[in-house]
Amino acid sequence: MDRLELVQRSLPALLEGTVVTIQLTVLILLFGLALGLIMAFGQTYGNRPIRFLVNIYERVFRSIPELVLLLLVFYGLPNLGFRIGAFNAAVLALGLRATAYMSQIYRGAFQSVGSDQLTAARSLGMGRYRTFFYVILPQAIRVFIPPFANEYAIILKDTSLAYALGVTELLRQGQYIIAVHYDPLTIFLIIAAIYFLLTFGITRLLKLLEKRLKIPGLGAEMN
Amino acid sequence: MTDNRDEHKPLLEIKDLRKSFGDNLVLDGISFSLNPGEKKVIIGPSGTGKSTVLNCINRLIMPDGGEIWLDDTEVVGCDNINEIRQQIGYVFQGFGLFHHLTAIKNVMIGLTKVKGMSREEAEAKATAELERVGLTDVSDSYPAQLSGGQKQRVAIARALAMEPMLMLFDEPTSALDPELIGEVLTVMKALAREGMTMLVVTHEMGFARSVSDEIIFMEKGHIVEKAHPEKMFSGPELQRTKDFLFKLDELYGKGGD
Repeated sequence: MDRLELVQRSLPALLEGTVVTIQLTVLILLFGLALGLIMAFGQTYGNRPIRFLVNIYERVFRSIPELVLLLLVFYGLPNLGFRIGAFNAAVLALGLRATAYMSQIYRGAFQSVGSDQLTAARSLGMGRYRTFFYVILPQAIRVFIPPFANEYAIILKDTSLAYALGVTELLRQGQYIIAVHYDPLTIFLIIAAIYFLLTFGITRLLKLLEKRLKIPGLGAEMN
Repeated sequence: MTDNRDEHKPLLEIKDLRKSFGDNLVLDGISFSLNPGEKKVIIGPSGTGKSTVLNCINRLIMPDGGEIWLDDTEVVGCDNINEIRQQIGYVFQGFGLFHHLTAIKNVMIGLTKVKGMSREEAEAKATAELERVGLTDVSDSYPAQLSGGQKQRVAIARALAMEPMLMLFDEPTSALDPELIGEVLTVMKALAREGMTMLVVTHEMGFARSVSDEIIFMEKGHIVEKAHPEKMFSGPELQRTKDFLFKLDELYGKGGD
């Protein structure tokens, strides 16, 4: 079987794996976006004990390697009586990590709106919610996009670690094909290309969005 | 001012205002009042609580004690501060323009989102207010595209659009290049002529002299002396006031117009 034929015959299985990789990525992203937002609110606007707890969470989950988190959740939780599948374990473990990073991205975005603007909003008679929705949020979104694109790329690439739990995502599908046909170079190159396209394509889109939303006159590049 | 001043109730009356930040006593019993249409200027060395007085009036800072009466409402104890703030225009050193909105949208946002005015109505009002401060050609520019003087004039238009009964200015020209100060002062003087009640913290003695009905000299949380500007400049009661005004003269030049 020549290379081209191998590529053709392995593509369906690799695409199947790609779908799982995308599912993992989307779920982890949503996990991190939702929980991270709550954490960021706690950290930015919460009282002292809440800020303290959120800080601890963030420190802990930013300091443990992803692989250790994955193994801890998948093999450790059953000891406590929680049995979850490999896919869910991967979403949970990587989602908890993503939450810690996302909360920092949110926080930076919220805090990027200067205190002068908040003072002005209050002096106009805007309450907390109006200030948040009409002053902070529209500007925070713009600050949020670049680090979010970065975090998306990290999450996407880290889903390959679910391989270690036996999740049949893109990398493991490739490994199965290699076990049968033994052409690691070709298969790994295809896998690398798929990861590249998924990362590059989306970050490119986010870059375009960032440009579209740019506030005229602000920032270094003037158009 | 007219002779029947005594019949008028003050528009703003401050009684024994007190505030500390930790151990630092910033306001140690400040009392004064403004009648409708009056303009008063607060001067004094930095760190003496001038800005804190203004910030207490719209409760951006919560006073520790004392009373602040705006017309018939007591501000310190009221529970509808957002409604009170709509009646007090506040212009400060840092402009506080919303970066993501054009000049006209900056003026409109308080009208549409706080006062619930329709878009069309707010746009007409904002256009008129920008015209009032001499800005019509930049209404679609973003704050980052404006000069400091233009920014501050947009901020003034934004405050005026809310139709406040009182305007507070906290060192409105201190962040501006010298050549841009004039355009902001011109707008403020015009506003004073229109009869707006104004309380201004500034080092611009020319403005203080030509516009204000009274100059309040504050130091270390106290009012040291208050007097009509002519009296203040010709011969203040206290040596301390003289010394301070002399220093201002050195820094900013004589209090001419």
